[in-house]
Amino acid sequence: MSALLEVQDLTVDIPLSEGVLHPVRGISFSVDRGETVCIVGESGCGKSLTSLAIMGLLPKRADRKAKVLRIGDLDISAASQREMAHVRGNRMAMIFQEPMTSLNPAYTIGNQLEEALLQHRNVPRQEARERAIYLLEKVGITGAAGRLRQYPHQLSGGLRQRVMIAMALMCGPDLIIADEPTTALDVTIQAQILLLLAELQREFEMGLLLITHDLGVVARVADRVAVMYAGQIVEQGTAQEVFERPLHPYTRGLMDCIPIPGKTKRGGHLGSIPGLVPSLIGDMSGCAFRDRCVYARSECASYDEMRDLGGRRAYRCIMTPEEAEAAGQQEQAA
Amino acid sequence: MLNFALRRLLLACLVALTVSVIAFFLVRVSGDMAIALAGESASAEDIAEIREAYGLDRPIIVQYADWLGKALQGDFGESLFFPETVWELVATRLPVTLRLAMAGLVLSLLIGVPFGVIAALRPNSWIDRLAMTIAVAGQAIPSFWMGLMLMVLFGLFLRWTPISGDDTWVHFILPAVTLGYYSTPPIMRLTRSGMLEVLQADYIRTAYAKGLRPMPVLFKHALRNAVIPVVALASVQFGHMLSGAIVIESVFAMQGIGYLAWESILRKDIAVIQAILLIVCLFYVFLTVLSDLLNAWLDPRIRVN
Amino acid sequence: MTDATASRSIDTPGGPLDPARALGPSPTARFFRRMRGHTSVMFGGSVLLLIIAVAVFAPLIAPHDPYEQDLFKRLLPPFWMEGANPAHLLGTDNLGRDYLSRLIYGAQISLMIGICTAVLSGIIGTALGVTAGYFGGKVDAVITFIITTRLSMPIVLVALAIVALVGGSLEAVILVLGLLLWDRYAVVMRSATQQARSMDYVSAARAIGCPTWRIVLSEIMPNVINNLIVIATFEIAHAILLEAALSFLGLGVQPPAPSWGLMIAEGKEFLLFDPWVITIPGIALSILVLAVNMLGDGIRDVSAPENRS
Repeated sequence: MSALLEVQDLTVDIPLSEGVLHPVRGISFSVDRGETVCIVGESGCGKSLTSLAIMGLLPKRADRKAKVLRIGDLDISAASQREMAHVRGNRMAMIFQEPMTSLNPAYTIGNQLEEALLQHRNVPRQEARERAIYLLEKVGITGAAGRLRQYPHQLSGGLRQRVMIAMALMCGPDLIIADEPTTALDVTIQAQILLLLAELQREFEMGLLLITHDLGVVARVADRVAVMYAGQIVEQGTAQEVFERPLHPYTRGLMDCIPIPGKTKRGGHLGSIPGLVPSLIGDMSGCAFRDRCVYARSECASYDEMRDLGGRRAYRCIMTPEEAEAAGQQEQAA
Repeated sequence: MLNFALRRLLLACLVALTVSVIAFFLVRVSGDMAIALAGESASAEDIAEIREAYGLDRPIIVQYADWLGKALQGDFGESLFFPETVWELVATRLPVTLRLAMAGLVLSLLIGVPFGVIAALRPNSWIDRLAMTIAVAGQAIPSFWMGLMLMVLFGLFLRWTPISGDDTWVHFILPAVTLGYYSTPPIMRLTRSGMLEVLQADYIRTAYAKGLRPMPVLFKHALRNAVIPVVALASVQFGHMLSGAIVIESVFAMQGIGYLAWESILRKDIAVIQAILLIVCLFYVFLTVLSDLLNAWLDPRIRVN
Repeated sequence: MTDATASRSIDTPGGPLDPARALGPSPTARFFRRMRGHTSVMFGGSVLLLIIAVAVFAPLIAPHDPYEQDLFKRLLPPFWMEGANPAHLLGTDNLGRDYLSRLIYGAQISLMIGICTAVLSGIIGTALGVTAGYFGGKVDAVITFIITTRLSMPIVLVALAIVALVGGSLEAVILVLGLLLWDRYAVVMRSATQQARSMDYVSAARAIGCPTWRIVLSEIMPNVINNLIVIATFEIAHAILLEAALSFLGLGVQPPAPSWGLMIAEGKEFLLFDPWVITIPGIALSILVLAVNMLGDGIRDVSAPENRS
């Protein structure tokens, strides 16, 4: 069975006055129906731009290239904006980070929800309204019919995000891309929203691509993980594989930095990764992590390959799997 | 919303009252009204008689109250130079001025808003720079001179339009353009900056993510939010046009209240001056309230709750 | 960045860690450097300086006395038309007065009115605005009411009425316009002061018992002065145009003064056959106002771009 979303060698270049910016450099991953894939990385690693690139929502001057970019049986790697408009909101839908500003303050919730459906389906307005009510209830909003007449400013952040989720579901998409959907919400609401997304995904049999910087979120919901650094995926695999046997030094560094329930030992020290993310402007070669990596060797300056271990497990490092595992165990012991 | 409206109206009434006081006292402070009424060759007795006849010997507060009371009933007294009462004068002339101001406003909106939108869609392009240059240049040209130049060009040389009067709608073209061009730059700039800001908003990105095409995003989502301040500005600009009408009507010899005001000021026809001053000020107050209310009504964040 | 920065000592003069370099040029120097690079400011500023120079050196530049009439030389056309007289480069008006000289002296009137009015209304408006913004509460409510009332009055009409009553003259126009055109100052200075007042450095000053006048002068004013300058330039332009309109209507500067607005009024009758009589002063007015506006735009872009409308 082929993947629902297939991305191969996705690249985004943005010409600036100082040179060309390469925020996304040769990303490859896939999402199956019914699975949740998390792209995790720190700010500026290119994960948000990746999601925008897939949706075709990049700014005009950005240059997107991909060897394969496919949703279902539809090839969207060279799709025009007009063609993408048919796909957006329809086959793929996106949820953004800031629920407070993602809804138009001048129109009612109902208007904006119905618009999402009416844009793609020729149905009477009443039907769109009913679907909106149905979905609002699905996302856990009570008094749905009354809510339709309300304006965004009358709802809290958590409620607005639920509305955004309902809006994404209006056309019954195959894939939902959620870009940091809980970052701007209270911690207590975060858990609810994540749970909601997981439930909906199961019920509607969709694929979920979740972008986040929060490893806690990944631990909670991810089936598979892709770790991004400086515009590239440096490691990917199932959540279990990546958490239990991280093969890339950056991944291990990340896990050290953050307390992860079930993994971080009590009373242990949290680590840090010294150094800064390299500039993404101009020509880049070799491993982007080498300046911060304790295992760096001279060959790292020219090594930039992904090691594919089969079963969609891969990592981008010069160390062999054995060397990587040994290094990991040494760090654990320390 | 109702609360808001009521408060605004109350404030407006207060302002209107203050303005009526100013309108009254401004003119009375000038000089002795009795002398003005009596004329140059009057004797002291004549002046005293007139003073008594017109109630000018009463305390000024009483005179004000009397004037205001009568004004509220539509009685503004009589003109020194016209046979009609001041009310009749104003009532016949006001429509011309209002029509002129409307025409000017419509013109400036028809040009300002679209150009502002286009400039915002293509910031720093040649069309944006051109629009901004014309805007800056336009603001520098004195309106009465512009009127005269247009009159020379289109009325005298090309003979496309009449040069004076206000009988037909054609007569309104040049004056409306002259009035309107001065308001076009601020409207254009505000539309442009409003659109630029709105187009950066997250909800625009959401609209595209839903699969909307650029046109509906522009008109339904962006413009709807960007024009809110423009509507408020338009009401203020309408007020400026009423004011500017004085000069334009004189240039084009149109029988509106602007021209009437100028004539009356030159001839010290006090009753007329006071009446026009009061009426125009009240219009301004009304327009300010209108613009506040429109602003509030168009923005659901103010209208609901 | 992980480059060689760390290897330089902190004292290396001119190096990236040199403290003097970190301080950089003073804010004033940076301000003027940015101004020099800005086209609007340079163009507007130089044209304005030129006109000011013309006005100041009028007695030296003007070829004739602007008031001297010569009825035998009425309505001579400017040098680019036939029938021109080389002694009168821009021709003469209907009373035989040299147009170029009147134009030059007219600059004095426009500039005088523009600047004096802007100063007068600036003082009034700033005083009102800063007071309202700093003290807030009832004081603010009263001043805002005053501003609203003033905004409810049509300036042209009121100015006309007052000037008609007190008699037209240069001083009358300056006084009347100065007393009427302060609203923009008041509104902008009020909000700028409100913003400045909420800053921590003002709370700090009050905490150490600094007297109010001192706080206003040394903490608030320096931060709102940008806005003040920008508004002032636009109000100069505004006043110039208003004076021209008033004089055009006969209720501003009185003849035989060479006010450009008055010149346009006087030339109105000869519109058909000698259109240059009104074209020339109109162009002069437009250029002056354009220069002032460009200067104001430029200053605003450089110093307070957030106020761009």
